[in-house]
Amino acid sequence: MDTTALLRLRGVVKTFGDFTALHGIDLDIEEGEFFTIVGPSGSGKSTLIRLLVGMDEVTSGEIHLRDARIDQTPANLRPTCMVFQSLALFPHMSVGRNIEFPLKIRKEPPDRRRERALELLDLLRLPRDFYDKRISQCSGGERQRVALARALAFDPEILFFDEPLSALDYRLRKTLEKELKDLHARTGKTFVYITHSLEEAMVMSDRIAIMKEGRFEQIASADEIYGAPVSRFVAEFMGEVNLFDVTGSGDGMLTGTGLTVREGVTQSTLADGRRGLLMVRPEYVQFATDASQHDYRIDGRITAEYALGSRIQYQVAGPDGQAITVEKLREERIADPEDKEVTLGFNAERTHLIEGA
Amino acid sequence: MERLDRRLGLLSSLPMAIVLLLAFLAPMLVVALFSIMPQKVFSLAHMPDFSAYSVFFAQGYYKSLLWSLGMALASTLILLVICWPLAYGMAKVFGRFTLVLTIAVVMSLFVSENIRLFGWVLTLMKGGLIEGHFRAWTGAGFDSPLYGVPIIVFGLVYVYLPFMLFPLAQGIAMVPDDTRQAAADLGANRWQVLTQIEIPLAAPGIVVGSLLSFVLAAGALAESKILGGQVVIAIADDIETAFTFGQDWPLGSALSMILIAIIGGLALFGVSRVDLDAIMGRKR
Repeated sequence: MDTTALLRLRGVVKTFGDFTALHGIDLDIEEGEFFTIVGPSGSGKSTLIRLLVGMDEVTSGEIHLRDARIDQTPANLRPTCMVFQSLALFPHMSVGRNIEFPLKIRKEPPDRRRERALELLDLLRLPRDFYDKRISQCSGGERQRVALARALAFDPEILFFDEPLSALDYRLRKTLEKELKDLHARTGKTFVYITHSLEEAMVMSDRIAIMKEGRFEQIASADEIYGAPVSRFVAEFMGEVNLFDVTGSGDGMLTGTGLTVREGVTQSTLADGRRGLLMVRPEYVQFATDASQHDYRIDGRITAEYALGSRIQYQVAGPDGQAITVEKLREERIADPEDKEVTLGFNAERTHLIEGA
Repeated sequence: MERLDRRLGLLSSLPMAIVLLLAFLAPMLVVALFSIMPQKVFSLAHMPDFSAYSVFFAQGYYKSLLWSLGMALASTLILLVICWPLAYGMAKVFGRFTLVLTIAVVMSLFVSENIRLFGWVLTLMKGGLIEGHFRAWTGAGFDSPLYGVPIIVFGLVYVYLPFMLFPLAQGIAMVPDDTRQAAADLGANRWQVLTQIEIPLAAPGIVVGSLLSFVLAAGALAESKILGGQVVIAIADDIETAFTFGQDWPLGSALSMILIAIIGGLALFGVSRVDLDAIMGRKR
């Protein structure tokens, strides 16, 4: 395993009584990376981050940061820092005092602290006169920036984020996602971000780890996870997806209920009789006019149409009752879709085969 | 609409306001007036003078006042130190045990203060519960800790513990857990978290608890009488004596006015510094 990574986890287990929250986590996080851990609630991602910042103790396993083993180090002695979901700003201190807090703890002289706080206000594009503002006078987005500035003032080796944007409205969240990515680029710090929102993860991250029931299902780049998920869970977690049960055959062709495969289309590495899932994202499914153009075809009937803004989504019922999702650009909208009989087609290069599922 | 609300508020507070005026302010006014009457008179129909106040300084009553304030201060500080961990436990750690503790502490209030203090006398006196058993078993006795200033302060701490404990627990409950964790995460050690996060955020509870116990302890007389054997005289004791044995209402009134002025000033100062809305849970 990699020993040059900034943060290394080896066999990290956390149990609460009879319940095992984390089953032996191995993870390497590289310096300067924007690493996101995504998972539904209860997947263990919050437990993991609490172990990483030192708010909980590992049951077994090791955490290394650079050359030091840190899993037994208390939170206040670790060179890492977290932006809380609640932000955890200190309500009895001004914005400036909040930002200066880690510097005050380190007993830096007041003028140096003030100077650094003002620099950080600049970095986060907050006006300098915010220095004397009360926390209660700040808006949600401003508080977010103050919390970030405070964490950056600590100058951590790794900056952890525990779903800090989840309480904000959509538009502000979108703005802050981009700012955060921008801030990551400008500071060059290592960011480890936790969220249950796939969208947030996709926008910002260099690498994404998908977590389920205390284990990582897949760790890869956003593109790879979107295009080539390793399991049904990952595929379904990463947005709308169509999954067809298929079986391998000796000649490399796949067979599946209702699925017509064009002669000569072989992509399968599935052994004869092995089962798998053929995945295709809704945007790659076409309404076939000339059936022979497509590698895979399936007949169906449109059951519903949803307008998603720039795109239109159709729900199609397949011959075996499968629910198939198709997405089209608005300009490709079809007239009078209700109960229309259609043939759907998609090509092999747009699919991904999940084996053994 | 808002104006109507305000008028309704005024109207509905009127009965209570009248009761308070009659029952609280009127006696104060009488005391204030008596305090400027010549000495040893029993009516207000005299030319006012301030002779009663001069007695306060001339006859050494200020010593009683200083003892009372000093012992009240000492007991308040001791209460703060011993109640903090207990209140912390009640607010954050004990869980269901908090209710048991609350009931236990409140139960003690059901028994009259004097009876509880006499209980301590029986326990601590020479030949009492502790020393008596000790002498019976070992043959060697020791002096009773009764009848000294420390035991009076002990009595004040013992009697006024609930008045510090509950406001303090309320104050500590107002400190969000995540601010404590965030401070630690940002490098603060246990002591820095206490001084820079917990104490400032629990300040309303600290102020209310300290005020309650200080004000009550400064006006207390049973502890110095029963446990202290009047080794020092509390100002409240002097006031009582002036009104009863002394038959000197103006003197008693003057002493009362001085005590009221000092304590009232302190209370107003304290209350003006804290957000009472916050401690009542009405924070927006």
